[in-house]
Amino acid sequence: MKTFKNIIAILAILSFASYANARDQIKIVGSSTVYPYATVVAEQFGKKGSFKTPVIESTGTGGGMKLFCAGIGVNHPDITNASRAIKSKEKALCEKNGVKDIIEVVVGNDGITFSHSTKAPDANFTKEQLWRALAAKVDIDGKLVENPYKKWSDIDSSLPSKKIEILIAPPTSGTRDAWNSLVMVKGCTKGAKSLYEANGKKAKKECAKMREDGYAVEAGENDTLIVQKLAANPDAYGFFGYSYLLANKDKIKAAAVNGVKPSLEGIQDYSYPIARPLFFYAKKAHVGVVPGLKEFLAEFTSKKAMGSRGYLTDIGLVPLASDKYKITRTAAKDLVTIKLN
Amino acid sequence: MTKEERLKKRHNAEKRFRFYGLLSVSLAVIFVLVLIQNIVSKGSSAFSRTTIATDISFNADLLEIEGPITKKSLEEAEFYDLAVESILKIYPSKDSKEERQVLRLFSPDYEYEIKRYLIKNPDKINQVASVELTSSDDVDQLNKGNFPRDLPEDRRRVSNFQLNIYDNLVEDGKIGKKFNDYFFSKGDSRDPELAGIGGSLMGSFFTITICLILSFPIAIMASIYLEEFAPKNRITDFIEININNLAAVPSIVYGLLGLGILLSVMDFPRSTPLVAGITLSLMTLPRIIIPCRASLKAVPPSIREAALSVGASKFQTVFHHVVPLAMPGTLSGTIIGLAQALGETAPLILIGMVAFVVDIPGTPVDPSASLPVQVYLWSEQAERGFVEKTSATIMMLLGFLIVMNFIAVYLRQKFEKKWN
Repeated sequence: MKTFKNIIAILAILSFASYANARDQIKIVGSSTVYPYATVVAEQFGKKGSFKTPVIESTGTGGGMKLFCAGIGVNHPDITNASRAIKSKEKALCEKNGVKDIIEVVVGNDGITFSHSTKAPDANFTKEQLWRALAAKVDIDGKLVENPYKKWSDIDSSLPSKKIEILIAPPTSGTRDAWNSLVMVKGCTKGAKSLYEANGKKAKKECAKMREDGYAVEAGENDTLIVQKLAANPDAYGFFGYSYLLANKDKIKAAAVNGVKPSLEGIQDYSYPIARPLFFYAKKAHVGVVPGLKEFLAEFTSKKAMGSRGYLTDIGLVPLASDKYKITRTAAKDLVTIKLN
Repeated sequence: MTKEERLKKRHNAEKRFRFYGLLSVSLAVIFVLVLIQNIVSKGSSAFSRTTIATDISFNADLLEIEGPITKKSLEEAEFYDLAVESILKIYPSKDSKEERQVLRLFSPDYEYEIKRYLIKNPDKINQVASVELTSSDDVDQLNKGNFPRDLPEDRRRVSNFQLNIYDNLVEDGKIGKKFNDYFFSKGDSRDPELAGIGGSLMGSFFTITICLILSFPIAIMASIYLEEFAPKNRITDFIEININNLAAVPSIVYGLLGLGILLSVMDFPRSTPLVAGITLSLMTLPRIIIPCRASLKAVPPSIREAALSVGASKFQTVFHHVVPLAMPGTLSGTIIGLAQALGETAPLILIGMVAFVVDIPGTPVDPSASLPVQVYLWSEQAERGFVEKTSATIMMLLGFLIVMNFIAVYLRQKFEKKWN
């Protein structure tokens, strides 16, 4: 019993002693889309040897914002990754909890690919066709009806006569958010939008609703799993980030959207129609408190990482155009904060 | 129906039942075998890593060391220039693009590997030595046959130029296979060839140790009191029902408890084995108390009566006679409870143990991952090299669980007294 007591005492002292000290390791939370890039930067940063390797937790963009905005101090994360810009609600939460100086850094661009097995013939879709294949309700002859399309050729006779089978990400995923705003809302026909508005509903919200009759299947947050399923079934399609396409190009390929296939250049200048910027947010108040935070921002935004020949480009991040890069680099180096309201 | 017919019918019923029983046992065995075969066939290749034997000329001038060459000055020296110069010599490249492709045949850690080699063999300075460098995961997967090479170039991870170099290296016998010590000694990494379970192994070890320290004494005390000393009344009945119910509560609920109380109210550090251990010990407590009480109950009353009749106090009876006899069952119950805690993922996700941690934790308050969480993290990675790492980690986890369960069975068989 004595040994037990001693061990417990030692543990308690140990935990509270090191807990009382300031944290010496950067803590990062947030988006699972930015996670692969942030982890690579963290590892490079740790290998340099001056500071400890940052700890990164993949919580999703929304979950990350919640933790990030919970307050200032060593118990709260220093950085949150986001696959979309911070929302005004989240800004308000941050301000309420005293997180007032936030540095916004644009990491780069990411394209969402609409992919299928390499065994299938090449395909090309317009955003409207994609919306018609996925939406819960579509407009036919001036009326909103439950989605009746069973085969791609039902939507447009030029498309193959194959059953519609699309693996979709769950509603909590940032990729699904981006897909909704870039494809579902943009591809939604004017007719459908005006019909929704005539009924007093928000067109944006209604257009993004996906069908639940078995033609669009939720496949979970795990993109690797979606890739495996696509490789096994040549008729199925799925959407996910560009880096997953690059890493698995022996198994899957991307369909063209509006005639454009995803490529580094196309995502960078947004000529590929489903591209979006990725962000992270850092707390200025933690600079100087948590060792290495300023240096980490510098490493992440360095040419070696984010530049066109940087190591992040190797794993699928699409670098920023040079004018945008300058803005982001200055923000990170001079700790430029954003306005909260 | 004659007597014989009825007899035959009864015998047939028995035969059918035996057949169903055999069928279900063999189905269960087949499922387990398929699972294990699937994991082992995917994961066994993770225990070896591909190396490329490269001639490195240890030119002291390139290290830019001022003063005498000592172990310390070598540790501080930059090996990048020296490494790149020697590596580029393995194949002539036309331009910087091709040079980059040559370098990408190797893991990004080549400079550190060369540094470690020279520190181990300091006599090689200003000489040429063949060093076995770890290859990149693309070459590794190619060598292990997990990447098809007959695809058109734009669908391959390895370019024609790189494939050509690889074939030359194979011909020269420079490509080798080594036991993958990195898999056990290193922490997490984004490069599959450098990723290891060292960090999560330590994380799991700290977690289970804290869980044991907290739950074992409390569970034993609670079960001894409830079984031997507590009066049988409504309150103890109520406690007993609650313990049984708590043992059946889904583990994620304990994760929420840890998040709500340990992290939010008590401000314990996130993603640490300390919090994980406390959370899991809450979960394991009822699961240990139940077998402990059962094994105390299994000690025959004659032992207690004999001790009491020669004048031992209640306390002496329990601690000198009953508890030692119940110990085998108690210990095996504890080990099985801990084995369950070892394989638990859901509560750890809620308290932030799903983190990318490179540094191997040295204390229970350092951020860390644990084995089951490592499986979850790696299964989501895009790179092909992580597929085998995931399966290999599952093999390690299964190995630990089998060993723990074996110890539990052994303790029970070896020390348990049979009462006839």
